[in-house]
Amino acid sequence: MLQIKNLHASVNNTEILRGIDLAVKAGEVHAVMGPNGSGKSTLAHVLAGRESYVVTSGEVIYEGKDLLAMPAEERAREGIFLAFQYPVEIPGVSTTYFLKAGVNAVRKHRGLEELDAIDFLALIKEKMKFVEMDQSLLNRPLNEGFSGGEKKRNEIFQMAVMDPKLAILDETDSGLDIDALRIVANGVTALRSQDRAMIVITHYQRLLNYIIPDYVHVLFDGRIVKSGGKALALELEEKGYDWIKVEAELAQQTVA
Amino acid sequence: MMVQASKDLDKPASTGLSAGFDMARDRFLSDFELFEKNGATAGPSWIRQIRKAAISRFSELGFPTTRLEEWKYTSVASIANVRFSRAEQARAGLTSEVLAPATLEEVACAQLVFVNGHYSRELSSFRSLPEGVKAGSLATTLNSDPSSIEPHLARHASYHDHSFVALNTAFMNGGAFVYVPRGKVVEQPIHLLFVSTAPFDSAQDRPFDSAQDRPASTELSAGPSTRLRTGFDSAQDRRGTAVVSHPRNLVVLDDGSHAMIVETYIGLGSDVYFTNVVTEIVGGKDAVIDHYKLQRESEAAFHIGTVQAHLDRSSNFSSHSIDLGGALVRNDVNAVLDGEGVECALNGLYIVAGRQHVDNHTRIDHAKPHCSSRELYKGVLDGKSRGVFNGKIYVHKAAQKTDAKQTNKNLLLSQDAAINTKPQLEIYADDVKCTHGSTIGQLDQDAMFYLRSRGIGLAAARSLLTYAFASELVSRIKVEPMRTRLENLLLTRFQNGSEPEGTR
Repeated sequence: MLQIKNLHASVNNTEILRGIDLAVKAGEVHAVMGPNGSGKSTLAHVLAGRESYVVTSGEVIYEGKDLLAMPAEERAREGIFLAFQYPVEIPGVSTTYFLKAGVNAVRKHRGLEELDAIDFLALIKEKMKFVEMDQSLLNRPLNEGFSGGEKKRNEIFQMAVMDPKLAILDETDSGLDIDALRIVANGVTALRSQDRAMIVITHYQRLLNYIIPDYVHVLFDGRIVKSGGKALALELEEKGYDWIKVEAELAQQTVA
Repeated sequence: MMVQASKDLDKPASTGLSAGFDMARDRFLSDFELFEKNGATAGPSWIRQIRKAAISRFSELGFPTTRLEEWKYTSVASIANVRFSRAEQARAGLTSEVLAPATLEEVACAQLVFVNGHYSRELSSFRSLPEGVKAGSLATTLNSDPSSIEPHLARHASYHDHSFVALNTAFMNGGAFVYVPRGKVVEQPIHLLFVSTAPFDSAQDRPFDSAQDRPASTELSAGPSTRLRTGFDSAQDRRGTAVVSHPRNLVVLDDGSHAMIVETYIGLGSDVYFTNVVTEIVGGKDAVIDHYKLQRESEAAFHIGTVQAHLDRSSNFSSHSIDLGGALVRNDVNAVLDGEGVECALNGLYIVAGRQHVDNHTRIDHAKPHCSSRELYKGVLDGKSRGVFNGKIYVHKAAQKTDAKQTNKNLLLSQDAAINTKPQLEIYADDVKCTHGSTIGQLDQDAMFYLRSRGIGLAAARSLLTYAFASELVSRIKVEPMRTRLENLLLTRFQNGSEPEGTR
């Protein structure tokens, strides 16, 4: 589904991603872990098409297409979804209105008929269950005055409604208490399917107690320095990231 | 007419501009002579005196130049260059279907329709005006009940220092008189709908509506014998001339009464015309006044308006000024807080594109202690449009414990759009709380990316965020169909490359 090859990207002329290689198949869940500043969120934003992140070399093939050539909205229409670490507050626009605009843009792109208000309402009622979302929240301005937990739940709710092929979860666990974390993670788990791939970006292992990954990758200094199964996450939880840093530095020296 | 020197008057040796302005002034002065000669200034003697004083003051002031501080960023040269004619009465043949996009008939207890500044009885409707409440043509009331008008008319909107208020006062020829008696609460809005249109039906290419056939009893001071074809030099000139109207509204709320007043301005067609309106609002003690002005003039139109509110003790006044249309627009909203405990909220929203120019001036006079004022004006400027915001808060010496807050926020959607924003605080009391702030910015890139990451295209995302920016003000509109209509308008307006407000 997704092949990332030697991806380099910069923000404000500072190189953040320095050669990422990653292959993700349908149905797989990949966890990307790493210390602060390792480039996790940059990777998420580059995949979603944020223009302020400049790809300097490498390529990303998504479903056989050149992902990097597509603007952000087209990526979304092709089935890529980013759950934001910091969902943006937009006063005056309800979640319902916002999502309906998104869903119908995707449907139009796929040659499907746009949903009317009644069909859309039925859709969101069905999807609300995934994250125990209260409907009153959906009629309020998007994310405005939402708690941290409500914002993250809203992201996963949006994911359920958008029904993406590839979901990228950017630190969805950050700032959540244990109850909110459980609701969000259960929602994500319920959305796992054979057709859908997920990239779960997280600093801590605790989210992966709920969302069991097929693969775990450790990002350090803009590169994936270690990959393994779910046990790697536990190892990181236990030992922290320092040993990864030491290993990575040793590897660098060997190369030099 | 004597032209006197004045300290406000700025008359350099005949530059091209001032010569053009002088000619424009002189055209209005000679039109006033015709206006007088034809008996249009008949009526009570006090009003004749006011008209004369106003035209005399207009003669002194002339058209304002950009050398005047109050007109620094707004040139009225394009108005001075046009030869205008007054329409003599409401054009017949308009149907209520034409007005449908602007009507509030279904919710308003009274809807008064004015065509080219003249009251149209046929198009107006009265559903359920509460007992004792008066809502009708000012002109009619001036004949039937002048004593209810005399204490207020032209007592608040000063024609001494504003040329266009002076011009309006001299020519005031239509508009509404609304009176709400003591303690009466009018739940439903009173709608004043001003329509500008070509003076005659171009489809049939006939001169302006057979004026002689119908008695113009609703016209200001027009007796049955009044000749109605004044102001035009010949039939030839009538064709294609730009219409000017000087609507004058007077809204009086007695102590403890409540009312919602909506003024809507629309243009049918794409002709150049000029609306020069003045609305005076008088709020008694404990009165609650919600005032809306929705300006959707056609794209070639000039609109200059003043809303002047005079507010007594513990009254509550909120004004909502929404500008979407017009080529050149100037709005003054002034409120005098002349009793303790007045609460005043001035809201403004201007959304312009193309080459539109919109200038909002406000002045809040805190004349007495313990009053609060909240002012929020927001602008969205696209294309090569220009915006001006000038908000003055004047705290008089007596006005201790004043609590005033003013905010002006602007969203520039294009590199070529520009805004001049200027807050002015003049404070002569020492125990007050006054703040002001203004911002100018572009669309938030984080928000743009958020929308696009959900599949929403660039244009739609722009539109949605612009709507979001404006929604704070839209949500303050309590008149339901007006708010919904505005919401829909905003949501679609920026979808297709942001056209300026069209005619309909």
